[in-house]
Amino acid sequence: MNRFSGNVLFLNRSDINTDEIIPAKYLTEISKEALKPYLLEDLVLEGFDPAKDLANRRVIVTRANFGCGSSREHAPWALEVNDIRMVIAESFARIFRQNMFNCGMLAIELPAEEIDRLFNEFSGNNATIEANLEKKILHVASDGKTAEIGFSISGFDEALVKAGGWLEFADTHY
Amino acid sequence: MAGKTVAEKIFNAHHIDNPAGDMHVISLDAVFCHEITTPVAINDLAAKGKDRVFDSGKIMAVIDHVTPAKDSKTALQGKILRDWARRHNIKNFFDVGRNGVCHALFPEKGFVRPGYTIIMGDSHTCTHGAFGAFAAGVGTTDLAVGILKGVCAFRYPQSIKIVVNGDLPGGVFAKDLILHIIGKIGVNGATDRVIEFAGPAVEKMSMESRMTLCNMAVEAGATSGICYPDETTVAYLWPFINGQYPSKADALADYRLWLPDPDAEYDKIIEINASALAPLVTFGYRPDNVKPVSEMEKTPVDQVYIGSCTNGRIEDLRTAAGILKGKRISDSVRGVVSPATPGIFSQALEEGIIKIFMDSGFCVTNPTCGACLGMSCGVIAKGEVCASTTNRNFNGRMGKGGMVHLMSPATAAATALAGHITNSNLYKG
Repeated sequence: MNRFSGNVLFLNRSDINTDEIIPAKYLTEISKEALKPYLLEDLVLEGFDPAKDLANRRVIVTRANFGCGSSREHAPWALEVNDIRMVIAESFARIFRQNMFNCGMLAIELPAEEIDRLFNEFSGNNATIEANLEKKILHVASDGKTAEIGFSISGFDEALVKAGGWLEFADTHY
Repeated sequence: MAGKTVAEKIFNAHHIDNPAGDMHVISLDAVFCHEITTPVAINDLAAKGKDRVFDSGKIMAVIDHVTPAKDSKTALQGKILRDWARRHNIKNFFDVGRNGVCHALFPEKGFVRPGYTIIMGDSHTCTHGAFGAFAAGVGTTDLAVGILKGVCAFRYPQSIKIVVNGDLPGGVFAKDLILHIIGKIGVNGATDRVIEFAGPAVEKMSMESRMTLCNMAVEAGATSGICYPDETTVAYLWPFINGQYPSKADALADYRLWLPDPDAEYDKIIEINASALAPLVTFGYRPDNVKPVSEMEKTPVDQVYIGSCTNGRIEDLRTAAGILKGKRISDSVRGVVSPATPGIFSQALEEGIIKIFMDSGFCVTNPTCGACLGMSCGVIAKGEVCASTTNRNFNGRMGKGGMVHLMSPATAAATALAGHITNSNLYKG
């Protein structure tokens, strides 16, 4: 099973689409690793520079409807090969969310006020989040401040994460 | 007990398992594949020693995004799909010369029926709901499982019913209606929901228009768009089903099983007056950034693109050609038209539509998705503006640094003549 912890990249915008996460022109690649340099290349977000801001980030915290648009699983793959295996958002587009769990990665939805709190209180440069999947708690830390935020995911999604993805789960069960 | 929506009826008829909570595993009637998202699934399955298909007769595959191949990478993607189709005896594989945009080609071949469950590694798979099917875009892992086991997992669907009353005015089309709906409910307005499109304005629509409508349901976040099967559906499908039913009435009676119950429960019911709509166009980088054409009038464009799974069908080409006939497009504009399938291309040739496009100054390309997502055959440069009949105006969608304005084929044709965004009603007869 993947480990879900590390430095946080805060993306303060709703409706970040999969074309922004990985532009279509890179969909001619047939290996996940080849997508690595292009993550978030077309993101429209003031002050964001993918060349600098992605370094050592392991977790993304963002707003509503993350991953809308194209069905491309290249979006979670581009995150995965950059060692980002957890996205925390107010909500996700359906296909993106399913793709994350299908790849054994975590897409955690939190209420808007909890997302606000993360942005307001923890969005310094050195914020870290660690997910405890057994206890369903996020351990958040930044500048000496800490918090514990509970989360819920469905039993099915949890089973996918533990099985390492949907392919393994489905081939055993159906 | 409450009645059932269309999606609930389809889910219940295809139920396999309820592994947890509201997740339901359903059996699939068809798995559609193209060369962008399928090769990774094929390689992944092979690497895990699972290079099998659940039913080669229920898998349809096409090379459509970049075709003919533009470079070594896209040639390899095509080859992986082609070799796989041969290896597994997938007869419904459409290669160069017979290939077209998946969501136009597969309905044209009769692969979609009311009540079907369909997945594809392509978000615009929701198009096929126009036939009363549950059709959803999925990622590559879901696709791989669909190919291997013929199943897919979804949350048990909640539905939104959109009732469209009245008549669409002249110069206003299914594209304007769906842009209006997306503008109204937002890019997140139907996430995890199925949209049922109902009402007199939808009943009057051709299958082509219904496909345009359902195609963009995903731009509001919807899992699938669905129109109710009726005489129009049966007439379209008749060449494929006439051996199966003694009469069209019998087919219709069978398909009525997939209508919603009168007491079905909806998450939301939205009423729209079609008669009050005007031609619309998008601005900005989100498909819910919608304005009347009148407010965007005179916005200069560099390229006009007519095509795609949204608006590259024969009806769309006829509408655009009706406006272009006998006229030349503006010197300041490049016109590109891409008939969505070889069948549509042939029909357009027979009807003289291709000649009208060429005489007006349009470049006619082979059927392909290329330009819509900035992959080939009409990519725009930084700072350029494209008036497009496609479905997404995301930043960089048709080329890095470019701007896309989504609109109907009629508005696009009028815009090509004027050199700037304008109302097609100005070019009537």
